[in-house]
Amino acid sequence: MMRGIFTISQLTIHEALRKRVLLAAVLLGLAFLVIFALGFYFMNREVVNSPRGPETQAQRALIYIFLTMAGLYAVNFLMVMMAALLPVDTLSGEIRSGAIQSLVTKPLRRAEIVLGKWLGFWVILAGYLALMGGGVLLIARIVSGITPQNIFIGLALMLLEATLLLTLSIAGGTRLSTLANGVLVFGLFGLAFIGGWIEQIGALFQNETARYVGVIASLIVPSESLWQLAAYNMQPALMRDLTMTPFSPASVPSNAMVVWALGYTLLVLLLGVWSFRTRDL
Amino acid sequence: MNHSAIETNALRKEFGAKVAVADLTLTVQRGEVFGFLGPNGAGKTTSVKMLLGLVARTSGEGRVLDAPLGNVATRAKIGFLPEHFRFQDWLSGREFLDLHARLYGIENEKRKARIEKLLTRVDLQDAANRKLKEYSKGMLQRIGLAAALLNEPQLVFLDEPTSGLDPLGRLIVRDVIQELRAQETAVFLNSHLLSEVEVTCDRVAFVKNGRVIREMGLRETRNEIEIELQVKNPTPNLLRDLAQFGKNVQQLNGTIHLESDTAARIPEINRWLVAQGVDVYKIGAAKPSLEKMFLEVMGEDARAG
Repeated sequence: MMRGIFTISQLTIHEALRKRVLLAAVLLGLAFLVIFALGFYFMNREVVNSPRGPETQAQRALIYIFLTMAGLYAVNFLMVMMAALLPVDTLSGEIRSGAIQSLVTKPLRRAEIVLGKWLGFWVILAGYLALMGGGVLLIARIVSGITPQNIFIGLALMLLEATLLLTLSIAGGTRLSTLANGVLVFGLFGLAFIGGWIEQIGALFQNETARYVGVIASLIVPSESLWQLAAYNMQPALMRDLTMTPFSPASVPSNAMVVWALGYTLLVLLLGVWSFRTRDL
Repeated sequence: MNHSAIETNALRKEFGAKVAVADLTLTVQRGEVFGFLGPNGAGKTTSVKMLLGLVARTSGEGRVLDAPLGNVATRAKIGFLPEHFRFQDWLSGREFLDLHARLYGIENEKRKARIEKLLTRVDLQDAANRKLKEYSKGMLQRIGLAAALLNEPQLVFLDEPTSGLDPLGRLIVRDVIQELRAQETAVFLNSHLLSEVEVTCDRVAFVKNGRVIREMGLRETRNEIEIELQVKNPTPNLLRDLAQFGKNVQQLNGTIHLESDTAARIPEINRWLVAQGVDVYKIGAAKPSLEKMFLEVMGEDARAG
């Protein structure tokens, strides 16, 4: 079982490397990091030199954290794109072209093909998060000497969000065409995104109905609430209490949402395996 | 060990309301080259897919190499060249074979040797390091054939293996099939090229509308033989007199055909013709043409698919 999964994972990573999808993603990511570093550097110079600028150490720290969070928010968005788009074609495209036939007739279980592809993309996403998230945190550290708190919890939640969308994209590809699958995954992400904002605004204005709608959207697709939770964890208490920045959720997702997201991911993955196993190719 | 490589009984596949395969009942012996013939849309490819477990059967039973259809472990002993072959075209020919050998679970040292041998066999050593996307259709078909043989299978499915090939490529496929027969590997050949089937297959089955309507051996001795002869200036009288040696005497394109019970008639006819003072250019038994049989079985409206 494991040998088959690893062979398919290797193939998946090899393909992503060979097709230069990864190269494009890494180059774009590096371009982003350069822009982020320049922006951070000049902002920092402004903060340090300005006579009218923030006086206290604490005020400065908040600005640095805010900038770092903005960088991580952009990284989160790149991760979402990668998680939804990288695997969107992997099953649907091979089913359509018939290339899948030469895999499925090998002494492999169909589950091994689905799980192997899933694992391959997961490794790519984890590596991409390490590069981009690590890059943002390193730049912030070098320029300002400050690192947000709980970064490992935050990065783990971001990785879980990407994993969830990756799993949806893989599972959808077992039955849908590439285009329909892309529309589905982005549609679900959009639903969670809008739901997340409705929840926040509802909480801010103490409108329970709006908050309720948002929570339901988060239950349907818990991707956005994972980012909210990641952002909540990484910022200091002072910033959380202000709820002024877009990264300070007014309605904090509970830890039960993490359990739900984990179970959700596992369930979607199993559904994807079942769906691929029972279809004609 | 059972002697049949494939045994099916009333296999049926429906896609919604459409019946793709109505009744697939056939037996393929181990070590036999089996031709599967029928017009387009007769259900040939769906039949192969059911046997390989790509498509789930609606009803009926089948065993492949003594295992139920779709058995995972059995696939290690099966090779398959799909009809619409699409491979990982970002790999080179050698990398492609290596990947598929690993998917078969073939060990390292054995894998290398096997790959080089097959690259030579399908005449692709020169192109082995080029990407598959640069290959011609015929080259892809040959590398696909090599991939189908990586695991030294006991049963090989070839779905239209010669459709994209030039004459040299076809010769390679034909030779490979002969070698497989010599190694007692069973071959299940889907083809619409009747002349290919005629030279390579031991037995054929004709399918029409998703049903096997006839199975027959091509190597069996037939009760009736057809005799062909060419003589100088055949006359109506001569044709009438030839009827004493057999029936259905007719002249087509300068060749006289007649049906007879035994090949022993051939020297008899020859002696008689010479005694009549007729100059004989050619005389002998005609091979029964598969095309003729195909049309007989399918009805005149059908064409090979």
